[in-house]
Amino acid sequence: MSIEWYLVVSALVFCIGLGGILTRRNPLVILLCLELMLNAGNLALVAFSRAHGNQQGQIFALIVMVVAACEVAVGLGLIVAIYRRRLPIDVDELRELQG
Amino acid sequence: MAEVFFFLAAIGALAGALGTVLVRNPFYSVLALVCHLISLAALFLLLRAEFVAAAQVIVYAGAVMVLYVFVVAYIGGADQPVRGGGAPTLRWASLLFAGALFVELCIAFLGTGLTILGEAGAGYFAGFGTPAQIGRLFLTDFLLAFEAASLLLLIAAVGAVILARRRTGLEDAREISVADLMADPQYKGTLGDAERGTLLEAGGPPHR
Repeated sequence: MSIEWYLVVSALVFCIGLGGILTRRNPLVILLCLELMLNAGNLALVAFSRAHGNQQGQIFALIVMVVAACEVAVGLGLIVAIYRRRLPIDVDELRELQG
Repeated sequence: MAEVFFFLAAIGALAGALGTVLVRNPFYSVLALVCHLISLAALFLLLRAEFVAAAQVIVYAGAVMVLYVFVVAYIGGADQPVRGGGAPTLRWASLLFAGALFVELCIAFLGTGLTILGEAGAGYFAGFGTPAQIGRLFLTDFLLAFEAASLLLLIAAVGAVILARRRTGLEDAREISVADLMADPQYKGTLGDAERGTLLEAGGPPHR
């Protein structure tokens, strides 16, 4: 399989995630769509790593996974804090930064 | 044979991604994302990235998704509004934007002059992508990134605990405030009579 196929799959997953972020309103689902986009980037990085025959793209992909894990931890902490304050779990309703 | 595996994994990944976006119930969204991540791990294996695939399954599909499942179960995501986005025009505009981005990316990939993308990949040595190779790279060439990643994980864990901690010490932090207490006609004493330090033990002033 040529590398182009992997890149097309990566672009498709990225755009699906982007569409999800733009259309959904539940912050949990928005976080999930963010995961989709990060994973699409990971797939492109690993594909380029394979295309060039060196492993630095894989290192990059692993660092992206670490960043995604941090983002999930902080994002889910925020969602739990929102839920504890009885605020609506809806990004259209949450328009004030001040609690 | 590799083509068959590629198409199976790619269809699984795309179906998982579509399911994540389109399913109403966030719990099923999480399950669809798990399907997507496992298919993606298969694609990583096809690209000779063994360690990344293993980390994907263990860390992502294992640990991170369990976190998601717990939060969805805690919040109770089933009672979401059926209506999806905001105004329909805004929804269509966002879908159009995503489609335009896909077309643009495809033009960039397929119209590029890079011949390397049309091939099946460069030659690779025997231990390409194995944990030994990745670990050697992490501890030699990318040591700074490795240490920064560990520091970042520590900060994120502490931040998540601080964000999501339970404000204990009061019965219900939202119902008691100093103003309510002063306005209460039953309250006869002065502030000096109150036990000292209780507000600090309660974790600061009550949150709204």
